[in-house]
Amino acid sequence: MNPDTVIDAVSGVFMVTGALMSLAAAIGLLRFPDLMSRMHAATKPQVLGLFLLLAALGLQMRTWSVWPVLLVAWLFQLLTVPVSAHMVGRAGYRTKHLHPELLSSDELEAIVQRAAQKAARQAATHGADDDEAGR
Amino acid sequence: MNRKRISLRQELPLLVWLVFVWGALWQNFSPGNLLFGALIAVLVARIFYLPPVELGGRFNVLRAVPFALVFLGKVVAASFQVMYLAVVRGPDVVSAIVAVPLRSHSDLLVTATGHVISLIPGSLVVEVDRSTSTLYIHGINVRNAEDAAKLRKEVRDTEAGLIRIMGTRDELSALTQEIAA
Repeated sequence: MNPDTVIDAVSGVFMVTGALMSLAAAIGLLRFPDLMSRMHAATKPQVLGLFLLLAALGLQMRTWSVWPVLLVAWLFQLLTVPVSAHMVGRAGYRTKHLHPELLSSDELEAIVQRAAQKAARQAATHGADDDEAGR
Repeated sequence: MNRKRISLRQELPLLVWLVFVWGALWQNFSPGNLLFGALIAVLVARIFYLPPVELGGRFNVLRAVPFALVFLGKVVAASFQVMYLAVVRGPDVVSAIVAVPLRSHSDLLVTATGHVISLIPGSLVVEVDRSTSTLYIHGINVRNAEDAAKLRKEVRDTEAGLIRIMGTRDELSALTQEIAA
């Protein structure tokens, strides 16, 4: 077996698996019930899918000089995907885009409610102060 | 500009990274190109000055390589897990939000732990409490307290691995004491 055939076979497997991962992400977005479980589908298979496709690309180009740029592309993906997932998840939680009946436990709820009550109380006292100043 | 300058040694990892990106984008690692890249890196670091990242002062390569390989393996496992859940469970999947207090209070370690956790099986950072360095994590397919405990252990173990790689000496000795106890 010559090396070319092996490289072609490996990159073929990588490409098919990578495409499968993107498909998994799409199925997840469609089938999961709420925003945060959809974010799981949008992060993990997507990162692996991109890794496999970039690796297949690197193997097919047959030159070492493309590997660093592919690595940089993937590293930036690793750095940005969790941040965007966190921002969307956080915004989704705060605007109550979730189904509490699908959570087996929620250790954040009490803390968020306490913070909201504190903010409301502060707003109320400040409001009263303003009223007195107005009189 | 009267802001405090940071030492070159502290800035070096950033400069090396910028030069590497420059070389990678040009797909040219010849000395001339790298030298020009270094010049631009220094200029960029001076003009667009950002608060320096506080490094722990040590980096253990021998720990980092196995950690990176295990991480890659976990990304693969996570992807297949999400694929399985998406196809088989779909709308009936049950999740939980779990609070995990971390050992370290360094921004870098909390960020790194959050990043790694978001990419390995079944977890996503929803909220960070910086004052107590607690991560609130959305775990997919967490059905009972046992699963939640497993998730919490996973996060703590990830943080321990990161402390072994790049935590400060104090954090490392605290960790070894905790494990010995």
